[in-house]
Amino acid sequence: MEEYTLLRQFADSWMLLLLFVFFIGIVIWVFRPGASKEYKDTANIPFRHTDAPAPTRDPAKSSHGGDDNPAESKEARQ
Amino acid sequence: MSNYIKLIVLGLVVLFAAIGSNYARDLAYQVHAILVMVIAAGLFIWTLRNTDEPDILTDRSAEYMDDVIRYGVIATAFWGVVGFLAGTFIAFQLAFPGLNFEWAQGYLNFGRLRPLHTSAVIFAFGGNALIATSFYVVQRTSAARLWGGNLAWFVFWGYQLFIVLAATGYILGGTQSKEYAEPEWYVDLWLTIVWVAYLAVFLGTIVRRKEPHIYVANWFYLAFIVTVAMLHLVNNMTIPVSIWGSKSVIVWSGVQDAMIQWWYGHNAVGFFLTAGFLGMMYYFIPKQAERPVFSYKLSIIHFWALIFLYIWAGPHHLHYTALPDWASTLGMVFSVVLWMPSWGGMINGLMTLSGAWDKLRTDPIIRMMVISVGFYGMSTFEGPMMSIRAVNSLSHYTDWTIGHVHSGALGWNGMITFGALYFLVPVLWKRERLYSLQMVSWHFWLATIGIVLYAASMWVTGIMEGLMWREVDANGFLVNSFADTVAAKFPMYVVRGLGGVLFLAGSVIMCYNLWMTVRKAPAKEASLTVAVPAE
Repeated sequence: MEEYTLLRQFADSWMLLLLFVFFIGIVIWVFRPGASKEYKDTANIPFRHTDAPAPTRDPAKSSHGGDDNPAESKEARQ
Repeated sequence: MSNYIKLIVLGLVVLFAAIGSNYARDLAYQVHAILVMVIAAGLFIWTLRNTDEPDILTDRSAEYMDDVIRYGVIATAFWGVVGFLAGTFIAFQLAFPGLNFEWAQGYLNFGRLRPLHTSAVIFAFGGNALIATSFYVVQRTSAARLWGGNLAWFVFWGYQLFIVLAATGYILGGTQSKEYAEPEWYVDLWLTIVWVAYLAVFLGTIVRRKEPHIYVANWFYLAFIVTVAMLHLVNNMTIPVSIWGSKSVIVWSGVQDAMIQWWYGHNAVGFFLTAGFLGMMYYFIPKQAERPVFSYKLSIIHFWALIFLYIWAGPHHLHYTALPDWASTLGMVFSVVLWMPSWGGMINGLMTLSGAWDKLRTDPIIRMMVISVGFYGMSTFEGPMMSIRAVNSLSHYTDWTIGHVHSGALGWNGMITFGALYFLVPVLWKRERLYSLQMVSWHFWLATIGIVLYAASMWVTGIMEGLMWREVDANGFLVNSFADTVAAKFPMYVVRGLGGVLFLAGSVIMCYNLWMTVRKAPAKEASLTVAVPAE
């Protein structure tokens, strides 16, 4: 089989399937249980650390952080 | 030690550029060689004077690197005015051909100034806005200082050099004639170096982040940086005719070259002008509205859907050409499907204001951001429609396309950038507020009316000339000559030029307002960080 046909067949079958499965997987993953709580925290990232970087002393924030855990300087927009 | 290496490299560059300016085979290359020689020599002296000076190492990891962003904001405003001015001038050149002055033939006629305008607004204005805002956003959302120290400065100044080389090249005739990718081989190579440094600074900062999650704006910025690198490399595969000349030959040929060019061209729209600016939207609209994005879930789906679909849409630029039908159908289908994520993103941006719609009355900056998202929705509806083969048979090669591009570029990219600049200047220069909100209102209305004049006149003239081109008489002969359509378009061309004047006037008002904000607006008191109780 020459190169073009081979690549074309692969693109039309396995690669297509892979991309679709990846995308559907993303959508399902976004709606996983507990996502809402986590995303509520993530969506608030722009409102933290507006003036200075986070201090270096605590490198690993608890990954299951509650709503206001990483917020060390929650402050109003200037 | 690193200064010695720098000195050796700069010395070699000066030597090479000096030889190049002597052996140059064409004017563009010669001017560029002299330019590079002068800059490199200046840097050589500067580096030499700073060599073996005692190093004063100060730990700055506790503050953000904002100097380079301030420079980026100034460069954005400056190149914006230059680009809008060039665009307004060539708009009048089309209406009044006498403006192609006899004494400037071969330098300042429409054909030379048109790429200057497109590159100035897309790459100089838009590019600087993207670099500056991405540096701002990635630091704030990662809670970390920019990675790489002075590498960020290299990115900024290197990018300005790219812009100057590209712009002077167009006027002097150094172009490879690929739309939106006109710079010749050595300018392309330079941009590649700068872009890799940009990627390194951006990724390095993300790796250093203190927030556990990568905020969605950074995903969009990263997609923009990575994809533009890929597009740039593939579309600019050229072999220089001589190392002492600007002319190069592209390795692709025929329909493959056309397909790669529009794969590049459309994704320049998709990733430079859309993904990057969506990064801006996802940071600055929540900040200005003072509330988080409407749906973070939607923003993630928006991101993946957008980047999965955009990359395939390019072939819709090549309907009714030598490109096989299946390829242009593929491009058309993906363009239509793309409508969904685009509107998903638009809804996400607009609904961020839900519960705060009253701000539209009081805050002209949020008004600017909202109308930009509105224009985004409008042009991402118009685009898929124009990509349908039947519609494209009428719209292609007409001014409708130009109108579509400008409702997206002026409306979406321009307005969101203005909004970001109005947000950034008081923050970066530590002012309490902008100098004048009334001027922002003036800017808003001038720009909006300008865009409406532009888009409406281009719809009229585009559809008119499309219909005139295909009109046949009872015997099947074409009714109109090309010159007939040109004559019929004159009034609309004048209206379009006036729209450009309004848009330009608005941007000049913005520059004055930002300047006065830095000079006159009351300074923000440093110690007075008012903590707002968490609700």
